[in-house]
Amino acid sequence: MSAQEAAAKAGVATGQDGQGEALLEITNLVKHFPIKSGIFFDREVGAVRAVDDVSLSVHEGETVGLVGESGCGKSTLCRTVVKLLAPTSGSIRFEGAELAGLGRRDMRPHRRQMQMIFQDPYASLNPRKRVGQIVGEPLKLHKMASGAQLKRQVQELLVRVGLGAEHYNRFPHEFSGGQRQRIGIARALALRPKLIIADEPVSALDVSIQAQIINLLDDLQDEFKLTYVFVAHDLGVVRHVADRVAVMYLGKIVEIGPASDVYENPIHPYTVSLLSAVPIPDPRANRDRQQVMLEGDVPSPANPPSACRFHTRCPRATDICSEVEPELIEHRPDHWAACHHPYNVGGGPKVEVVPGAKDNGS
Amino acid sequence: MSPAPKLLEVDDLRVKFLTEDGMLTAVDGVSFELDTGEVLAIVGESGCGKSVTSQTMMGLTRSPNARIEGSVKYKSEELLDAPDEVLHRIRGEELAMIFQDPISALNPVYKVGAQIVEAIQAHEDVSDEIAKRRATELMAEVGIPDPARRVDEYPHEFSGGMRQRAMIAMALALEPNVLIADEPTTALDVTIQAQILRLLKRLNEDRGLAVIMVTHDLGVVADIADRVLVMYAGRVVESGSLDQIFYDPQHPYTWGLIGSITRLDRPPTHRLAQIKGQPPSLIGLPAGCHFRPRCPHAFDRCTEPPGLEVRGGGAGHEDRCWLSAEKKKTLRVVEGDIGLEAPAA
Repeated sequence: MSAQEAAAKAGVATGQDGQGEALLEITNLVKHFPIKSGIFFDREVGAVRAVDDVSLSVHEGETVGLVGESGCGKSTLCRTVVKLLAPTSGSIRFEGAELAGLGRRDMRPHRRQMQMIFQDPYASLNPRKRVGQIVGEPLKLHKMASGAQLKRQVQELLVRVGLGAEHYNRFPHEFSGGQRQRIGIARALALRPKLIIADEPVSALDVSIQAQIINLLDDLQDEFKLTYVFVAHDLGVVRHVADRVAVMYLGKIVEIGPASDVYENPIHPYTVSLLSAVPIPDPRANRDRQQVMLEGDVPSPANPPSACRFHTRCPRATDICSEVEPELIEHRPDHWAACHHPYNVGGGPKVEVVPGAKDNGS
Repeated sequence: MSPAPKLLEVDDLRVKFLTEDGMLTAVDGVSFELDTGEVLAIVGESGCGKSVTSQTMMGLTRSPNARIEGSVKYKSEELLDAPDEVLHRIRGEELAMIFQDPISALNPVYKVGAQIVEAIQAHEDVSDEIAKRRATELMAEVGIPDPARRVDEYPHEFSGGMRQRAMIAMALALEPNVLIADEPTTALDVTIQAQILRLLKRLNEDRGLAVIMVTHDLGVVADIADRVLVMYAGRVVESGSLDQIFYDPQHPYTWGLIGSITRLDRPPTHRLAQIKGQPPSLIGLPAGCHFRPRCPHAFDRCTEPPGLEVRGGGAGHEDRCWLSAEKKKTLRVVEGDIGLEAPAA
């Protein structure tokens, strides 16, 4: 059994509510963006409900995957957690301390422990700074190193992420996309954080480079005992890295559970259709599978559908779905879903959207 | 009697661009054929030349700093040096193209319907009324709901998936025989991607539309293609049927590609196969096999350029790799799966 699987087991044991203290505990987090209108006075006419009452706990050493389509709020959730955005309401507890009301200065010691890696390695590195400055900046800001020691530490980091010490004086434009993402990773690692929030870290990269970065993140997790929140729209990538997976739709978590169970026995109809929409890079498996096709587009988060937000596209929706909002219920150990008509539990229909998922488990 | 000409024949296509840094070889001797009703996928990573190949077929890479050699024949009519009038007719009526990013391919200040009408009227002398009716019918055919209303909407009122459908409607307006789709689903969410792929499959079956699908995603390839070309650094390194490429891959680059995909349908039991290093610069490519610097199985002979021919694969399954057929069979298996790894010393 790999270390990853062992960690997954540990995550299951502590459960979502967790007897042990979680590293990160998000409770009823809300982030609304006001929609303003008017020429002289900004009148609030509505709100984009990007993150709407999300609770999630992340335990030390595990990787939580966050999946969903564009506009589901996964990136907003990440940015709110590290306080790049101020939450509208709710609580964010990190190592037991409440972050929600903290100002910039008070956030600083916590920031050391939580770092972000961004999707676009072209946009997230300052083009006018040298790599050494970019990676060394956090160390300097937090007064953790200076002078020759700083340079040595930065060079060690560069080597650790697969670049060379001689890259210290280069500019970001001299690197390819994959190498730039390595610079972003080195910067995030500089302060030896406990938690790394990676927002689509491999989406902009070619598959062969994607594999390099995923393997690197995997090695770093073992070496530095890192905890990851890993956001991706690519469900294959998430399956590969995550111990637990949370599926978001229009600002809400609709399903969360151990990765293997979510992929093999999805409960929420949205998870089922999301999984069955992903083409499998195996012609035979692709021909044999059951597909649950979704019609239409994701509704606007400024005006989400009533009650269960998925009811407008759901193949199993009935009247109750537009009237009563379903709660997250623990259908199987640590596997939660918010749905009135779940798949793969109790009397609900069985559906296997990923053929052969179980056969290859050995 | 000579055999009927192929629908589309590309022979030894070479495209070079003169840049400030020197001559850049984007496409380096690409040859393939396309049959009526066939779906051909061209797969590869950024810079492999897949997009330049498809754009050159449509005459979109003609520019003073481009050197284009070889031949692209549509029903035995040469397109590469065709005059503009011929190209104008062939584009749209015979070959049509859709792009990755439908928002930049549509004109934001014209109504979607008007843009389809324009495409029709550029080729046919029909009244506004008839052209608009045809535009509405086309929008209905590609699954745009309420087409009578949406024909008068602007591109910004369409979602990403709907815009791509509108692009497909426009491409179909003149009933072409070949649709070149350059990463048509890359910018879309998976549920929308599934809808667009299903639409393309339906058009292929119902209309007998031949499709050239340019993509980096082997999942999309497995879903839609009949035949596959794998490209690397301007060359086709392997070509064969869908099953040949996935179940009997001959070229180490294909092994690496297949091995490096994260898969939805299996638990993460082992590390991803990774292709070491970076794709090469297209200026001053190394002699011999272009994949050699990244290939763990490279040997002396790889400094000579291998031709694209049937080597270890079945009928019609060509590749550019000097390794013997037996060696390929053993080297490509890594922990029971296809992968690319240095053989244990």
